[in-house]
Amino acid sequence: MLDYLKILFTGSIFANALIVGVLLSVCASLLGVSLVLKKYAMIGDGLSHVSFAAMAVAVATGQSPLAFSLPLVMLTAFLLLRLSEKSRVKGDAAIAVVSTAALAVGAIAARGTNIDIESYLFGSVVAVTRQDVILTVAVAAVTLLLYVLFYNRIFAVTFDETYLAAGGGHPAVYNAVIAILTAVTVVVGMRLVGALLISALILFPPLSAMRLFKSFRGVVTAAAVLSVFSFLTALVVSLFLDVSTSACIVLLDLLIFGGAALFRTLQKGGA
Amino acid sequence: MALLTCENLCLAYDKKVVLSGLSFTVERGNCLCVVGENGSGKSTLMKALLGLLPVAGGTISFGEGLSRKEIAYLPQQSVFQENFPASVREVVLSGRLSRKGFLSFYNREDRQTAERYMEKLGILSLEDSSFQTLSGGQRQRVLLARALSSEPELLLIDEPTTGLDPVMTGDFYDLLEEIVSLGKTVIMVTHDTAAALRYATHILHLHNRPLFFGSSEAYQNSAVGRKYLGK
Ligand SMILES: Nc1ncnc2c1ncn2[C@@H]1O[C@H](COP(=O)(O)OP(=O)(O)O)[C@@H](O)[C@H]1O
Ligand SMILES: [Mg+2]
Repeated sequence: MLDYLKILFTGSIFANALIVGVLLSVCASLLGVSLVLKKYAMIGDGLSHVSFAAMAVAVATGQSPLAFSLPLVMLTAFLLLRLSEKSRVKGDAAIAVVSTAALAVGAIAARGTNIDIESYLFGSVVAVTRQDVILTVAVAAVTLLLYVLFYNRIFAVTFDETYLAAGGGHPAVYNAVIAILTAVTVVVGMRLVGALLISALILFPPLSAMRLFKSFRGVVTAAAVLSVFSFLTALVVSLFLDVSTSACIVLLDLLIFGGAALFRTLQKGGA
Repeated sequence: MALLTCENLCLAYDKKVVLSGLSFTVERGNCLCVVGENGSGKSTLMKALLGLLPVAGGTISFGEGLSRKEIAYLPQQSVFQENFPASVREVVLSGRLSRKGFLSFYNREDRQTAERYMEKLGILSLEDSSFQTLSGGQRQRVLLARALSSEPELLLIDEPTTGLDPVMTGDFYDLLEEIVSLGKTVIMVTHDTAAALRYATHILHLHNRPLFFGSSEAYQNSAVGRKYLGK
């Protein structure tokens, strides 16, 4: 047992999981802040299912999973965001339809292939390959660069889109940037934490951070920090207890959220 | 050429025309008040001037080198999301974005300008407060500071005093007077006809088409004006 752990913690498996996990946690939580605030959080969930279906179809038809699913998921993200902007109800319904349909397609396409559905649904952090690491680093670098570069406009498009448009800004451009970055993060991220749990990475850290901080910058920073913290803790705990890392992440996120909500309640009560 | 010229403007949502046959001009330094019943198309006109609604007919043209980026506005109601995390400073600074190019980092000038207007509007002490926890009057000051921070040539204001108590309303008009005295051009939609006559140089009375456009003195003596003012 100890030998096993020693290999795990010193070997490249652990290092790979660490790099990929930290980077994805940061990206997902940053994008998550805007998605949650715009009430588009469920888009992340829908996209993970589309991503799962696309991968299954790609494998079944002998195509490169990533090259096939990335454009498809990007397009879905873009369309869902557009639809949600136009009409809340239509957007929600579309997300639900797309999610369910994608799962069904995925389940059928995956039959007869050697796809390990469980690993796609729940991920497996120790199965991260060198290629995954390189891909994640590239995706994270682009995401973080764009996020920092456009930070003030991302705030503006999240806070008051109409005002941004009136000032000659182009909210559609920044919404598209958010949609595309989310799509890429979901596609790459679901290989790590799984299709079912990627939305937890997008959802929980921003929700917790919103209960702790009042400024946008505070929330963005706290979301990234909380996300990385819960990933690191969950990774270590899950390896020791030999349970699913993604399940640990979600439970820990839930715990942090509970703590943050309690903090908020106490603060309100005290003030 | 005037700062703003609208000619035979027609505005519509999809196929439903809400405003037509509208022509008027606004000169630099004017304060134009737009009056009219609810649903008469006042906010729609504001949207069109801001480029948020495509015109269905006629033209809106800017003169004296005015560009859309030099127009700022104070929205009619601020229906912002509950619990949105944004500090007063963050909201006011975002007004500077319309002056920014591709890169949108705020520099020292941006911060100083934002600070100057926060001070002018008496909200500097609130700069780290959460925008969502402010009162209606405070929020409006923050949004006005956001609009003024872009140092606009033309300021559009939509029903600013709805929902404000008399003291806040008075404060608001003091501010308006100051803005006008700085030589800024203002177009304000209002229900408050007394205020409209006090501050406006010109009046535009709408009822899905223009009923009156001219100076405020002429308005008081016009048939439409007398009827609306209840004289
Ligand atoms: N987004 C919209 N879509 C369709 N109709 C609208 C929209 N906004 C306003 N209207 C209609 O246009 C008319 C003018 O509205 P508005 O310009 O808001 O009036 P005002 O500001 O003068 O009270 C009203 O009949 C209103 O119902
Ligand atoms: Mg209106």
